[in-house]
Amino acid sequence: MTEAATVDARPVRRAARITPVSIFLWALRIAALAIILYGSYLSISSGRLSAAQWRDLFVFGISTGSVYALIALGYTMVYGVLRFINFAHGEVFMVGAMMAFYVANALATTTLWTSSPVVSLLIVLVAAMATSTSVAVIVERIAYRPLRGAPRLIPLITSIGASFTIQYLVRGLVGPSTKAFPRMEQLRGTTEILGVVILKSQVVVIVAALVMMAGLYLFVERTRTGKSMRAVSEDPETAALMGIDVDRTIVKVFAIGGAMAGVAGALWGLVFPSLNFFSGFLPGIKAFTSAVLGGIGNIVGAMLGGVSLGIFESVGPSLVLAGYEIPAFSQLKDVVAYAALVLVLIFRPTGILGERLAQERT
Amino acid sequence: MLQVTDLDVFYGDAQALWGASVTVGSGEVVSIVGSNGAGKSTLVNAIMGILRPRRGRIVLDDQDVTETPGHRMCRAGVAIVPEGRRLFPSMSVEDNLDLGAFNRVARAHYEESLQWVHTLFPRLADRRSQLAGSLSGGEQQMLAIGRGLMARPRLLLMDEPSLGLAPVVVDEVFDVIETVRDEGVSVLLVEQNAQMALDVSSRAYLLAEGRVVMDGTAEELAKSREVRDSVLGL
Repeated sequence: MTEAATVDARPVRRAARITPVSIFLWALRIAALAIILYGSYLSISSGRLSAAQWRDLFVFGISTGSVYALIALGYTMVYGVLRFINFAHGEVFMVGAMMAFYVANALATTTLWTSSPVVSLLIVLVAAMATSTSVAVIVERIAYRPLRGAPRLIPLITSIGASFTIQYLVRGLVGPSTKAFPRMEQLRGTTEILGVVILKSQVVVIVAALVMMAGLYLFVERTRTGKSMRAVSEDPETAALMGIDVDRTIVKVFAIGGAMAGVAGALWGLVFPSLNFFSGFLPGIKAFTSAVLGGIGNIVGAMLGGVSLGIFESVGPSLVLAGYEIPAFSQLKDVVAYAALVLVLIFRPTGILGERLAQERT
Repeated sequence: MLQVTDLDVFYGDAQALWGASVTVGSGEVVSIVGSNGAGKSTLVNAIMGILRPRRGRIVLDDQDVTETPGHRMCRAGVAIVPEGRRLFPSMSVEDNLDLGAFNRVARAHYEESLQWVHTLFPRLADRRSQLAGSLSGGEQQMLAIGRGLMARPRLLLMDEPSLGLAPVVVDEVFDVIETVRDEGVSVLLVEQNAQMALDVSSRAYLLAEGRVVMDGTAEELAKSREVRDSVLGL
């Protein structure tokens, strides 16, 4: 009896699910896919770029993408424990980059810069990490902790305020001029890895980002502090009942997110050596996009999302737009980046790895 | 062991408990029975430090814990099996148990406690690397109890442990409560299933509209007209 009933119910339910909206969405998905594939076909068959040029674009995408990924970790981890987007995180990154600039500039006048580049880079990295971590923790303390328990829109708006405050504090401290990150002789030119020619600075960025991300992943999965962070992000009330100090865990999350943004800031200086008080905005938005792309709240998702976004915006314009002979296609990389976000989201509304958002806690 | 005196608890301006007094002795199972909305969970949450009482005292072995926040209570020796289990569903069974032993005191006895919980619930040992959210309802309840025991509590608060479980599993849960008591852990049990709760308890309190309206031995309450009318529905 019951079996027959369920068999009968099934086609009815399926028929109800095909709505005009879902037909439209499928048409949109197919059209988008067709446009991308046809554009790629056109630009590849035109032979405008050689295989080596494609590869360069790809590697460049991975290196900017890994910086996005490092910043995205801060967005996604804070979202995980507090369920809000910390829009001041781009500024946490900028402050780290700023500190990296000043330390690098000071070091560049000494012999250490040329004699032991590894030590110099480590000093720059640590200084940037320390600065970003402190700023992230201070912002949490001043701007977000007093709002714990307030409706979610309030810390969100506060974070935009915090973002402007940091921008203009930095502008007041160091002035509005654009600063040029000192070059390091040893990082000029290219090197060959597995038969692929790569810029040395990009190698440093990719390796450093990979090491930080692997370290963070192991930290969150293996250590007690990491476990308490995961517990708080799943259910803060119950985590407290297990003896976890939720407030302290949240501070640790901000500190780690800040440290990652600091590393990102220092690495950014190696790839894009110009910097001002507003430089945190675009990378911040890109990293936020990466976090959403990967599935917000998911740490591995943020890493994948960052690298994918970097590749999309680096390869995408030449691959898809150039095929349609769109003028100045390489200046449309931001358009491609956000179009890629929309595309991924119409196929997977929760992002690449974001299953958890579906069962969002109340 | 636990002494709650004259507790008034409010949710904003709405009073949920009026002068509630409850005691739990060492090695004893005490149940709080009452219908839906009588204030049973409020009482548990106040003891656990999630809600701050406006008046009254909560004393645990001579130590005043009235103002102690939730994350300190387990160090004081009180663990909770929350209503609706509240496991960490996307973490493994082992991680859930591990989080139960998060405080420093419990940490020192981690291996021992894990052995103990695995002996009490062999199924949790079999499923240690499975995600908590993929367990059956009964297994999840066992895991919630196991997680509570990992804190090595002297007092275990259990909020509606039989809620939403099949009758066979409910029997199992109540067997476990007796085992836990025999292991020397005091239990404060909050239950809507008054019949079963009174069967395993030595003493009980009847809560109605935020007040303790009756207390006594479990047999007295089981026979009383008040309990039969308000909870057992006989």
